[in-house]
Amino acid sequence: MANFLFMLVKIVDDIDLNEVYAALQNPSAGAVNLFVGTVRSHSNGKEVVRLEFESYDGMALQQMNHIAERAVEKWNLCQLVMVHARGGKVPGQPVVVVGVSSAHRHDSFSACRFLIDELKKTVPIWKKEFYEDTSSWINAHP
Amino acid sequence: MEILLFGIIREIVGKPRLSIPPQDQVHSVKMLKSWITERYPAVRGLPSIAIAVDYEFATDTDPLNSESEIAVIPPVSGG
Repeated sequence: MANFLFMLVKIVDDIDLNEVYAALQNPSAGAVNLFVGTVRSHSNGKEVVRLEFESYDGMALQQMNHIAERAVEKWNLCQLVMVHARGGKVPGQPVVVVGVSSAHRHDSFSACRFLIDELKKTVPIWKKEFYEDTSSWINAHP
Repeated sequence: MEILLFGIIREIVGKPRLSIPPQDQVHSVKMLKSWITERYPAVRGLPSIAIAVDYEFATDTDPLNSESEIAVIPPVSGG
């Protein structure tokens, strides 16, 4: 925790991967892990035309910050990012990015996985899938 | 008391917020869940609903008051 410098936590209309990678740069870091979640073209046997993400922004940011703080306590991290998109997205587009940098790879692999797993459990963001003819809210957790 | 709604619950209710009149005597998270499911039975079809008070998940026994920001949280699916 001693060399921890910066957290970028936000909800945006469009994710800028270059900005996220830049935010993880740190001279003390020997490892950068970045997870990018993207829109799949098929779900439950149906072709997905597009997705809509709805976010309760204020609470989502507060819950993302709680998760980030837990990660900072558990692992020795340099930089941390958690960015989620809202609004309409099409297959292939990024919808969530979490990442960390750390001195060694064990901390960055573990923390990166923790960030995305916990985000999926508790952050109040909802996905609606649109198919050719219908649409469906996804009830992922619980 | 104003209640914010999101996702599938917003669609079930048909609007982004509900106003609960004081005479309905909704004073706890558990009472709010009952109030909603009695009026919107389709909510029972969801795996769960949670209530948030001032951006934190609340438990059934937590009290509610109109000064707090209260929201109904259907199952989340971010990421």
